[in-house]
Amino acid sequence: MNIVRYQRYPQTDLSAVLDRITSMRAEMDRVYTSTFGSSFRSPASLSRWNPAVDVYQDKDQFVVVAELPGLKKEEIEISLHDATLTISGERKHEVSSEQGFFTERFYGKYQRSLTLPTPVDPDNVKASYRDGLLQVVLPKAEEAKPKQIEVALK
Amino acid sequence: MAPNEDNRPAFVTPLVDIETTDDGYVIRAEMPGVEKGGVEITVDHGELAILGRRKPTELTAELIYREIQPHDFRRVYELDPSIDTTKLGAKIDDGILTVTLPKAETVKPRKISVQ
Repeated sequence: MNIVRYQRYPQTDLSAVLDRITSMRAEMDRVYTSTFGSSFRSPASLSRWNPAVDVYQDKDQFVVVAELPGLKKEEIEISLHDATLTISGERKHEVSSEQGFFTERFYGKYQRSLTLPTPVDPDNVKASYRDGLLQVVLPKAEEAKPKQIEVALK
Repeated sequence: MAPNEDNRPAFVTPLVDIETTDDGYVIRAEMPGVEKGGVEITVDHGELAILGRRKPTELTAELIYREIQPHDFRRVYELDPSIDTTKLGAKIDDGILTVTLPKAETVKPRKISVQ
């Protein structure tokens, strides 16, 4: 129900028309968001929590650092599909008292994928977790490493 | 967040959970990349300030993509006067700073049994 402004005099025709247009728009917005709101977003934003990442590179490898504070080892899953690295998992909500709780932190499932610019060697990917930071080291595939070519002088 | 023009350092506001218990409050703040030595907790004029300094990265490779804000964490809270500031406790594990703020004994709820 809309809250209608109190008017001392009967509504003029114009304001009645405007009111109707306004409520029609609100209704359309409501239908639009409930129908398309969730499915039109990109897959990356479907999950509420997308951890922030930094990516480093040198000539031999990539290093991906992700902010994942307060997780247990078993709450972190890392997978690699071609050059796309996916970090996912779930953080459980541990509440010791039900009295009062104010929360800003994210709980539940999280997922983050990123595609590296060159192929990597999937058998030598290493991951470590420290101080709430996940670090994944991905060596570049041999064919992706820069090669030095000697110039023969004659 | 860029440093301000007057060169005051920029900070990131950590995400926190605050739990209320019979004994007081528990603050849990997300500070990934902060070690025990990087935490500073101060109480001044009834205000609690939590500060977490990120450990500088040991990586020497070139940073090609950045989402993590490179600033330290800081947040300030006004304290409930019933908190006994001499009994604050703090620890940091896996990037979560936990600060316990116990209430003074005199203000804790007490159960009185009827004789």
